Formats: sequence, C-alpha cells, structure tokens
Amino acid sequence: MTLLAVDNLTVTYPSRQGPQSVVRNVSFTLGRERLGIVGESGSGKSQTGRAILGLTPLPGRATADRLEFDGIDLRAASPRDWRALRGARMSMVMQDPKFSLNPVMTIGRQLAEAARRVASGRADARDRAVAMLEAVQIRDPARVMAAYPHELSGGMGQRAMIAMMLITEPDLLIADEPTSALDVTVQIEVLRILDDLVTQRGMGLIFISHDLRLVSSFCDRVLVMYAGRVVEELRAADLAQAQHPYTRGLMGCLPRIDADQRPLPTLQRDEAWAR
Amino acid sequence: MPLIDISDLHVRFGPVHAVRGVSLAVDEGEAFGIVGESGSGKSTVLRAICGLAPTSAGSIRIDGQTLTAPRPPAFYRRAQMVFQDPYASLHPRHTVDKVLSEPLAIHGFTDREARVERALNDVGLGQGFRFRFPHQLSGGQRQRVAVARALILEPKILLLDEPTSALDASIQAEVLNLLDRLRSERGLTYVLVSHDLAVVAHMCERLIVMQHGQTVEELTRAELQAHHAAQDYTRNLLAASEGFTRAAP
Repeated sequence: MTLLAVDNLTVTYPSRQGPQSVVRNVSFTLGRERLGIVGESGSGKSQTGRAILGLTPLPGRATADRLEFDGIDLRAASPRDWRALRGARMSMVMQDPKFSLNPVMTIGRQLAEAARRVASGRADARDRAVAMLEAVQIRDPARVMAAYPHELSGGMGQRAMIAMMLITEPDLLIADEPTSALDVTVQIEVLRILDDLVTQRGMGLIFISHDLRLVSSFCDRVLVMYAGRVVEELRAADLAQAQHPYTRGLMGCLPRIDADQRPLPTLQRDEAWAR
Repeated sequence: MPLIDISDLHVRFGPVHAVRGVSLAVDEGEAFGIVGESGSGKSTVLRAICGLAPTSAGSIRIDGQTLTAPRPPAFYRRAQMVFQDPYASLHPRHTVDKVLSEPLAIHGFTDREARVERALNDVGLGQGFRFRFPHQLSGGQRQRVAVARALILEPKILLLDEPTSALDASIQAEVLNLLDRLRSERGLTYVLVSHDLAVVAHMCERLIVMQHGQTVEELTRAELQAHHAAQDYTRNLLAASEGFTRAAP
C-alpha cells in the first residue's frame, strides 16, 4: 500500500548564477516501511525530507509532478490543510535536540501542547505525555516532564523529541539524522524505539542519514543521493552488491574494525554522476 | 622509555571530576588511541597533555621530563594538536598563509616562505591554496590546513582530537590516509581521540577505552580486530559500532 508517492521532486534556490537545483527529479514511493535516504553533506537529502512536509525555506521552491500523501495532493494543499497534516499525520524529528526543543518551556509543557490535538482535556494530555515518555524508554518520566531541555543529556532530549513527534500517532515520520548527535550505544536504543513503532503501529518512516552502514542495517530500502539526484535505489540487504560506483565508493572508504586495509580506498568522483 | 608517560592523571573543573586517575604510556613512533563516548573525559586527557586543561593531580612526562604549567615554547615545537572541527579551529579572517606563518613567527623561524610552501605540499594542497580564506575551502581542505598548521613546527608528537568526525566519509578516508602517510614518512607519534572504534582500529596499534573519566580497559589492535574485549562496556561499544541488529523475533 502506498502512503507517499513522490514523482520528479525538484527543489530550486535562486542564486547569483541563476536558479540552482539542490534536489533534482527525485521519485520514490513509500509504504509502511523504513526507507533510508543516504548521501554526503550537500547531496539534498535533508531538502528532500523538508520538501515533503512543505517546509522548504524561502526563497526556495519545491515543485513536483506528483506529491501525494495518502491520496491527498500536497502540491495544492492550503495552509489550513497543512496545519491538519503536519504534526497530526506526518511529522519530523530533527538532528539536534539542543536546537529543536523550546529552551524556555519544560518538556512536559511541550509534550502536552502536542498532545492537546488528540487528547480530550488537559489532564488527558498530561497522561498521554507521560505514557509516551515511558514508551521511548525514559525511566523517570516525572523528572523529565518537569525538566527544561538544557537539563537533559543529548540522548534524553532526542528521545523527548521523538516522543513529542509520536504522541499524535502520525502515519509518516521523517527522521533527519535523528541519531547523529548521539553516542553509538544510545543511537542503537533510539533506533530500536523507531523500529518498534514501524513494526507495531505500521508507521511509514523516512530515515535520512549520512551513515551508510547504519542505514543498511536498519532500513528496508535505501535511496542513495548524490548532487541532488538519486543515483541508486536498492534493498538494504543488497547494499554489498551495489552497482553505482558512488555507492560502492562510499562503502569502500569506511575503515573497518576487522579489516586492515591501508591506504583506505578513496572516492574518485566522476562528473557524470551529477548530470 | 616511553615518549609520553601519563601516570594517575586527575583533572577537575570546579566540582566536576572529568578525569579520574588515567595512566598511559606511548612509545616513540606509536599511534595510541583513546576511545569513549561523550563526557568520558577522552578529549580532556588530550587537552591536559597540551596544557589546555589543568592537571589537578598526577603527572605527565614527555621524554622523562615532567611538564610544567604553563608549557615552555620548546614543548610546542615537540607537540601540536589538531582539533575536531575545522570550521571552528581556523581564524575566519586569516588566510591560509597567515595561519601557517604565525607559529613560525612565534618561534622565531627565519625561512618562513620555504616552510609554508613545503607544509602545503606535504598535506597535498599545493600553492594555489596559500592565499585563500577558510570560507573558500571545503571541510576536508580546511582539516588539511589544520594538519599543516600543526606540522609546520615539525613536532614529533601530534595530538589528534576527533580529526575526522566533522567530515563526510569519503573525506575522512583522505584525511586518515594523509595522517597515516605523514606518520610513516616522519616517524611521528600520534595520540588519537575518537568516538569511532573503526577509525581508532584503523589508525592505532594500541588504545584505551574510557568511561566516566576512568580507563575501562587497554587493548591492542589485534585484540580489537578479534573482538577480544574483557569488559562488557567495550563489548557493547563493539556491538553498537557494527550497526543496528534486530532482535530475533
């Protein structure tokens, strides 16, 4: 079943040299599964995620032949339509909780604010917030509810943000480098929470990351982006048999614990990949 | 005799006890790794060697001589540091030429011209980059400038604080290869701090794992490659760095 269909998505920014496309003709469909978008900095992976939510910052423009979420044409969505969709049915987890949580509101108030959309009253919103914090494996939800963002560690803040995005039980979650600011052991815990949500609630997940190895072990399918373009789409399990030289180069240049290869193979970029 | 000998190092910042009794010894020409998660005190150990963090107790000896605070200029001709974020560690309004000339001026070198040219060639940048500003360089090029800045005084010891964690994977490979080549050409001694076990396994012959300011265990590269870790914490780190594993249904 298709939850999201994207056809020929292009994001363009004006510049002195004329319009620059940072995302070019990206097409994919998403069911209730984990889709990874991988690429290096500047490849357009985050811009793709933002464009789906209609969050391309001005003066940028996102255009597409088709941008459909659960049968709703997002290209023609009015501000009112967007308000009904964002947060409630599709939401986004950002990279760094330090910059994405409101620093002058307690976690509890921020969570309750999100929960008000679905809760029957203030007390219910609070109960839902506590339950959601427990669901993301926060052991002491009462303390976290009363805490301000600066009083939490990076891992806790990220879990609080995931809780906030999930409290409305969205159908689609876009996670933009949700674990890059976290330690490896905490990273695995956060991924486990996301994984449970996909398998138990049937949520669709777009997981944006620069970490090819992590994505291949976590997602079902992977889109590899280079210079704003999808250069390869493949099943995560088949990553070792990747065809495109960029994907193979990215895999090859990572140092490995159990292989002693020196010098490391470096990526020889080909002009043709960007075309 | 080890080149760098740290015994029972403690670092306190007010009430925070960041490093609690770390000891390590690094031989000349060796690459030594320090691995840990954020807040483990790994970077603080490196900064303590460099004199950027106060030593509360214990001693740091280089070549058998206990370091004094502040460090004498001669120390900085022997040991230099490369920082994590090349976007933050280069002065935005200084050209590459100025960045590289400044240590030479401080230490009274006269052949600055030739040294700057050589340093740029050594890190694979060439003369075309000499009069550029940091914002005209990519992340990998900036980190090369940072390495050139550290090497321009021809130190024997290079302290590397997460030198590649702000870089893309393909650029990381280039910088790691550069560091590897420079070490074998010049017989440098490295102390490399990283959260990435794979990077440390690639670069270092020996390493310690740190947690909460203390050493969890010391491993050789062979032990790490064979996953022979004695402590649970190290095993968890090893498992986590392999990627995500789904529990069997």
